[in-house]
Amino acid sequence: MAKATFEVPELSQYLDVPPVTPQTMAHSLPFVAKPEIQAPLGFPGELVDDWQEKALDKMGELLGKYRSLRVYLDSCVKCGSCTDKCHYYLGTKDPKNMPVGRQDLMRKVYRRYFTLAGKLFPRLVGAEDFTKEVLDDWYSYYHQCSQCRRCSVFCPYGIDTAEISMAAREIMDSIGVGQKYCNEIIGKVYKIGNNLGLPGPALRDTLEGLEEDVLDDTGVAVRYPIDQVGAEILLVTPSADFFAEPHVDGLIGYGKVFHEAGVSWTLSSHASEAANFGMFIGSYENMRRVAQRIREAAIQLKVKRIVFGECGHAWRVAYSFLNTLAGPWDFLDPRYPVPQHICEFTYNLIQEGKLTFDKGENDDKVLTYHDSCNVARASRMGNTPGGQFEIPRAIIRATCNHFYDMDEDTIRDRTFCCGGGGGLLTDDLMELRVKGAKPRVEALNNVMQEKGVTHMAAICAICKSQFTKVLPYYGMEMDQIVSLHQLVSNAIVLTERDEEEDDEEDAEEAA
Amino acid sequence: MSDTIEVDGKQFAVDEEGYLANLNDWVPGVANVMAAQDNLELTDEHWDIINFLREYYEEYQIAPAVRVLTKAVGKKLGKDKGNSKYLYSLFPYGPAKQACRFAGLPKPTGCV
Repeated sequence: MAKATFEVPELSQYLDVPPVTPQTMAHSLPFVAKPEIQAPLGFPGELVDDWQEKALDKMGELLGKYRSLRVYLDSCVKCGSCTDKCHYYLGTKDPKNMPVGRQDLMRKVYRRYFTLAGKLFPRLVGAEDFTKEVLDDWYSYYHQCSQCRRCSVFCPYGIDTAEISMAAREIMDSIGVGQKYCNEIIGKVYKIGNNLGLPGPALRDTLEGLEEDVLDDTGVAVRYPIDQVGAEILLVTPSADFFAEPHVDGLIGYGKVFHEAGVSWTLSSHASEAANFGMFIGSYENMRRVAQRIREAAIQLKVKRIVFGECGHAWRVAYSFLNTLAGPWDFLDPRYPVPQHICEFTYNLIQEGKLTFDKGENDDKVLTYHDSCNVARASRMGNTPGGQFEIPRAIIRATCNHFYDMDEDTIRDRTFCCGGGGGLLTDDLMELRVKGAKPRVEALNNVMQEKGVTHMAAICAICKSQFTKVLPYYGMEMDQIVSLHQLVSNAIVLTERDEEEDDEEDAEEAA
Repeated sequence: MSDTIEVDGKQFAVDEEGYLANLNDWVPGVANVMAAQDNLELTDEHWDIINFLREYYEEYQIAPAVRVLTKAVGKKLGKDKGNSKYLYSLFPYGPAKQACRFAGLPKPTGCV
């Protein structure tokens, strides 16, 4: 691990609400996107001359378009419920990382230009001019929000800070102030098809390697097909699943589940990315363009179903917005949800008794489960409320003998963000990422001490990469974070399959 | 981080994260200078990895997936070295990012 150039918080046994210490994170700024990164997304290359006027125009447009934004800016009564709920506040002590503090950065501008009282008596109502200093604060602190929405669970009015931070980023992009990390990645999706920039030949090489490895390990030929026209299922998964660890172990697991289901499936080099960073920057247009690739791939490959791999915010986009962004999906098989989560797919097979597990294969681990924020608070799985909490846990229980949940205040809809979500998973924000991970790592540390937990499973590529990186700062091992389908992969008992009989009949029966 | 690095008396442009701006500029001295910035001294073991990264990049225009890399290392140097732990022991900032920077490859982006 690299040496920390900042103070790593000390873990405690109970959630410790730190004393307010202003400006501790005022220096935190992600790299600004250069003109060549801004252009493909349709944004000005650098801060435009009349930026204040343009920004206010954009704000007015968003206030008209998103009623929710105006309600959120109007309805805060400063009750204080949110103040100790943000992992970034808990980890950094900076009051502008209290959700209300973050909202107020936009609220004071809103009041100044869009409310009568603010126009007439700005100082009486906390209204402020939109100065360059305020804009700089926006850039810093709206890139210290992972859009995890934990605060909104505790707000009596349901104010969603994520939506405010998305709007702020959209306004900043519209005047030429973009964040390098997110915007460079969106450009790569347009140019190559995925966040990493993995071209088709590299994907094929990687997948062939996985087929060899699984054959070597298990003696069973499991396929990892790509661009296979006529397959039943299109799997859309984060490109980190091809590239990184432990992500790839999850991808290996998906393939084994499809193998046991006897259903034909394919990846797509055109839609080789589940992630949709258009959401992080609040840009509907970019979110739509990214999502359209999935539609194009589904049509071109003539698939009947779409399944999403383990990616948190992708599942929010898929579950909540895919139909508006890229529908209608009337050419898909109506008997299945559009789209379906890989966890639903695996869970259904378990319920039907179609998967056999040797749980002993995971006996070297004691598991806990990290609910990823976008899955937990912005989507659902299965047919019952809370399915997004219960289905992943049911899969762990089916594949592992030893499982303990973390403290109730830190899981399910109250889950703490990993600290790297919302477009902040970049090295230039490492201090923020490490400090923001504190509440989650604290809860993990407690179950490690009390229950002997050794590993934490997750279903989000960002969470997996973030923990791999930050756990060592807290004295833990990077491989304590595992993919959920890695556990499935370890325990699943594979059967030999004859390629011929595969596609037709078995596919009909599959989950 | 400065916008150029000096290698064998020549200036090379780098981006704000220290990656080579023009990938075609790369010469072996670049890796040595970048390693010195990170307080590392490159050994033959480091060069095995850097050379593999460059060969793979030449063919596929992208860094190899971590698993592809560990497998290649395992085949060449023995199974005990075919894992991330070994790679992190050589490149503490991570094989994907630090080794790519030394090798003159673009930084892997995304959820990694």
